[in-house]
Amino acid sequence: MEWEVVIGLETHTQLRTNTKIFSGASTTYGAEPNTQACEVSIALPGVLPVLNKEAVNCAIKFGLAVNAEIAPRSVFARKNYFYPDLPKGYQISQYELPVVGKGAVTIQVPAVGKNAAYEKVINITRAHLEEDAGKSVHGAVEGMSGIDLNRAGTPLLEIVTEPDMRSAAEAVAYAKKLHELVQWIGICDGNMQEGSFRCDVNVSVRPKGTEKLGTRREIKNLNSFKFMQQAIEYETRWQIETLEDGGTIQQATVLFNPDTGETRAMRSKEEANDYRYFPDPDLLPLEITEADKTRVQAQMPELPEAMKLRFETQFGLTSYDAASLTASRELAQYFVETVDAGAEAKPAANWVMGAISAKLNAEEKSLAESPVSSVSLASLLKRIADNTISNNAAKQVFEAMWNGEGEVDAIIDAKGLKQVSDTGAIEAIIDEVLAANAAMVEEFKAGKEKAFNALVGQAMKASKGKANPAQVNEVLKKKLGA
Amino acid sequence: MALSTEDIKKIAHLARIEVSDSDANATLSKLTGILGLIEQMQAVNTDGIVPMSHSQDVVQRLRDDVVTKTNQREAFQKISPAVGNGSDARAVDGGLYLVPKVIE
Repeated sequence: MEWEVVIGLETHTQLRTNTKIFSGASTTYGAEPNTQACEVSIALPGVLPVLNKEAVNCAIKFGLAVNAEIAPRSVFARKNYFYPDLPKGYQISQYELPVVGKGAVTIQVPAVGKNAAYEKVINITRAHLEEDAGKSVHGAVEGMSGIDLNRAGTPLLEIVTEPDMRSAAEAVAYAKKLHELVQWIGICDGNMQEGSFRCDVNVSVRPKGTEKLGTRREIKNLNSFKFMQQAIEYETRWQIETLEDGGTIQQATVLFNPDTGETRAMRSKEEANDYRYFPDPDLLPLEITEADKTRVQAQMPELPEAMKLRFETQFGLTSYDAASLTASRELAQYFVETVDAGAEAKPAANWVMGAISAKLNAEEKSLAESPVSSVSLASLLKRIADNTISNNAAKQVFEAMWNGEGEVDAIIDAKGLKQVSDTGAIEAIIDEVLAANAAMVEEFKAGKEKAFNALVGQAMKASKGKANPAQVNEVLKKKLGA
Repeated sequence: MALSTEDIKKIAHLARIEVSDSDANATLSKLTGILGLIEQMQAVNTDGIVPMSHSQDVVQRLRDDVVTKTNQREAFQKISPAVGNGSDARAVDGGLYLVPKVIE
């Protein structure tokens, strides 16, 4: 039987605020344990939550970015469960009336093997504000767990999708898209190592062509795209094999073990999911007016989708190139700066996506750490455009710039890479080449086209690669009467 | 809606409250009374009425995103309840609050 996997994601994004969602305690990562855990964070009796305006702004920004309904009135609720890293005994979240309603994002799923790349719309069900829990540290003291409540109360936006994804590749493409989007609009730092962006993935399988959803298992807390891919692939295989062996799937929460590449069900008590939500009487309904939305809209950067279309029309880039350049705000910014500094758009796009990206990937650097600035890249591209250097020489110059050997013109001089575009000089070289390679000339005259390329090669070699190849072609054609 | 003592036990467990069998019976009759009251209220026609999520008809005031809390770990940890397995009564270690071991 052919099976279809159905995937939905719940993503916890830590919002980039200075303070916690319900108190004025700092949210800076990496502080000494409990030094940022105020009386609200540790839930001393009698404390009251006061909602952070910036956390609400972040939620509005996200709602605007995914074209969602933003609730004019939303309500905070208590989600009740007991765990030592949750000192109140409940998490303040939103349940029936979340701040952000239905929206959508468009993802680009990359080509795999013979399957071509494609676009797909993933529907967002909702996004709601809530507080993060603290952290448990095991093993410091025998028989005890240590609790650090610095993270308790950090604002989160939990973003929930419809079960719209049909492969691990689509799920990863969505997660990457969302990861870029929340950074693009500045609501999350996207740091996955520090847990700023964590995904729970719901996976179920069903016979292809059927409508009814299978029983799902939820893979918790994936904080890398690679693990997400592996976890979904393993989980999908496991569910299919279980069903084909005549078994049934029990709804469960599972964890992914990166060492074994397997998913494993957590020990779960039957009542674990009975959270008994109810409206939090400590918090009044959150009202968001049209004026609030207009104010936040004014602070929004141009969104990736809009920028992509602009790149296509303004610079004549292909849809693919425009999409690649707007994959991150950093990259798009770098490209725009390169063009603003005088480079032509198409070569700039090629170099940014080609040489620059390849180097950054190889050295695992971010664009901010690039030794070649956008302005330097532009000056290199200008030297190609004005025929000072050839494309090949430009690669050498780029390599030298990357290694910190100086600015473009200095490197061209130091390495003697200046292209020879003087027709007289080129004619002299070609005359020598023709004299020295009479046999090739004969072959060409006898109709062997290949000989022409060989002669170009000889001329380039004779000029030590400095001759302008276009001119060599032209002069050679003229001399041979071709 | 009829409750059973099983329901009472379950609700008590979720709230981590210990309820003896005799108390469970007493609680059952009290809770049943409260549910009866709710049933009575549910008989009222509420079509077109927005559910009330708070007793006051005002909206949430927002706080500026400015750090106002300073580190008071020492003061808080001084009054942190002493927990432990009998041999170790320390409440904190290296700035962490200590609780009986929890590992899923």
